[in-house]
Amino acid sequence: MKKLTARILLTPAVGSLFLWMIVPLVMSIYFSVIRYNLMSPGEEEFIGLMNYHFFVTDPGFWPAVLNTFILIGAVIGITLVLGIALALLVNDKFPGQSLVRILLISPFFVMPAVNALLWKHMMMNPIYGVLAHVWHFFGLQPVNWLESFPLLSVIIMVSWQWLPFACLIFITSLQSMDREQLEAARMDGANYVQQFRYMYLPHLSRSVAVVIMIEMIFLLSVFAEIFTTTGGGPGFESTNIAFMIYVQGLMNFDVGVASAGGLFAVILANIASIFLIRIIGKNLEK
Amino acid sequence: MKLTALFCLAACAGIAHADTELVVATVNNGHMITMQKLGKFFEKDNPGVKLKWVTLEEGTLRQRVTTDIATKGGQFDVMTIGMYETPIWGKKGWLAEIKPDAKYDIDDMLPAMRQGLSVDGKLYAAPFYGESSMLMYRSDLVQKAGMQMPAHPTWTQIRDIAAKINDPAKGVYGICLRGKPGWGDNMAFLTTLVNSYGGQWFDMKWKPQLTTKPWKDAITFYVDLLKKYGPPGSSANSFNEILALYNEGKCGMWVDATIAASFITDPKQSKVADKVAFASAPVQVTAKGSNWLWAWALAVPASSTKKDAAEKFIKWATSKEYVNLVGKEVGWGSVPTGTRKSTYANAEFLKVAKFAEAEKAAIISANPKDSTLPKSPYVGVQFASIPEFQAIGIATGQQMSAALAGKVSVDKALELSQQAAEREMTKAGYYK
Repeated sequence: MKKLTARILLTPAVGSLFLWMIVPLVMSIYFSVIRYNLMSPGEEEFIGLMNYHFFVTDPGFWPAVLNTFILIGAVIGITLVLGIALALLVNDKFPGQSLVRILLISPFFVMPAVNALLWKHMMMNPIYGVLAHVWHFFGLQPVNWLESFPLLSVIIMVSWQWLPFACLIFITSLQSMDREQLEAARMDGANYVQQFRYMYLPHLSRSVAVVIMIEMIFLLSVFAEIFTTTGGGPGFESTNIAFMIYVQGLMNFDVGVASAGGLFAVILANIASIFLIRIIGKNLEK
Repeated sequence: MKLTALFCLAACAGIAHADTELVVATVNNGHMITMQKLGKFFEKDNPGVKLKWVTLEEGTLRQRVTTDIATKGGQFDVMTIGMYETPIWGKKGWLAEIKPDAKYDIDDMLPAMRQGLSVDGKLYAAPFYGESSMLMYRSDLVQKAGMQMPAHPTWTQIRDIAAKINDPAKGVYGICLRGKPGWGDNMAFLTTLVNSYGGQWFDMKWKPQLTTKPWKDAITFYVDLLKKYGPPGSSANSFNEILALYNEGKCGMWVDATIAASFITDPKQSKVADKVAFASAPVQVTAKGSNWLWAWALAVPASSTKKDAAEKFIKWATSKEYVNLVGKEVGWGSVPTGTRKSTYANAEFLKVAKFAEAEKAAIISANPKDSTLPKSPYVGVQFASIPEFQAIGIATGQQMSAALAGKVSVDKALELSQQAAEREMTKAGYYK
């Protein structure tokens, strides 16, 4: 009886959450099987899986899928390695430690679009950017980052943004390490590499899992950096799935194909998360 | 005491009229920002009407406005739209007709503008400012190189001049042209280039023509020209980026919107203001369609519930009186141009605007109904006014910027663009 009352009382909350989730999904599915272009509405008709066909056979499709994975992989790799290195570096006490930590973390609070503009104009511009000046200083021809290495440029920007996040998690994790154990290891004559391999790394493994999981979720939908700097180009060199859906929906105004693409992204995210849970879930259970 | 009275006055006025709030969506270009500032004059003359501005960057505005009008969202009472959208939307009955009265003096409007914004003789949007494209160049550099700029140069001549004045060691590049992908970015310029090489987007059967010889010649020439004599990073440059470069004195020549002239001749923002000269946009095989035609215009969506007030506002913002108001309040160099004959007859405007003649000539010479050497089924100089063009232009623009960046060959880029165009046209059901 009590159980029933509880269930009845929960119904409105669960119901509205369910609607909130299910309505957009059903609408996406509906749009994905009709011809629906905002530039010529009123001509909607059922076309089956044609929209999926057009999305998957788009010349930009495979490059976009590949770029999405390269982007996620590279950014996670960079933030893990540099994040652990930086966290270890600022772990021991030194004057001005708290200030340095705040500075380290601050890029995370810069908005993605601002981050992109900052890199596009202040750093990577081949004529007046900081990097161009550095190259000139060494007597070299400045690199035209956004044109020659568009995907790498985006990876650098996104990594710069996410490195503080990783760093923050690792710093917090290192704080909780058992000092006495470390002391003991040192007394037993373990060098730094050994300490790192057998003490620090196992201790950090859980936070590594957290960083990978959270970054994976957010990096699947990287958009602002690409939109503001390279516009997905040149060609498809920096187009990812999120940007491709944007192009279909809001530049071509083709709601049908964009919905098909959105559903494809949902499937992709699910596949990724299944693997993720398999690998990392085990790690977390320990 | 005075203040209290003023407050009361304001408050009482507020109570007396139930305020009509007009939501105006517009682009963040200089002329529109001025309109926003001067909006208080309109409010003063029309008590009870309040203006609420939504000012956005061009691409974002286009998205907001298109989604709003297509889904009958009704967020805006006045929309800023271009020559591309107006005929398509007008034909669909999405826009309210603008009925000019005697005071509005429709015959003062430049015919090219009026035609481009009308469907079956009915005006669906009023031009706020109009533009064509032309060549802007540094007369000092051309002179120093011992060359002379013809009034109607060909692209071959332009290449020779660019070669002479190109001096990257001193930070001066022979020519700056658009390269950033987008149907309104690089494709606006490239379409005029292809037109002048005798090319077109579609033949009379709506077959895309992107792998034909004129396209290949034009794009090969463009890529080669910019690689040799253009600034680095051209594939990311559009109007605003090049404007900044030009004002810094880094460009020898530039073919772009006539509206740029009023910025690069303004000593307040341009380091080379006194060294700029103008010529008509370069031609090659034909002069047809070598310079574009565009207008930013104001329109009322058919779904608006405040049509009368909205129309009143549009007539105010596109009137002769408004041009005079800008002249008096902001300066004659900043008046919106390209819409009315009377502007070009105004002595005070002509005194400060040395680009006026070139601009007027360019606008008059453009004809959206006959802009390609072979006959084309579409209307528009630097675009084809069909709903599918947007997607095709964007896809092609991406490929062209990839070719410019040296990522793919010109042939491959054109082939991929042709495929994209055919896909879109098939999807839209052109070939059944």
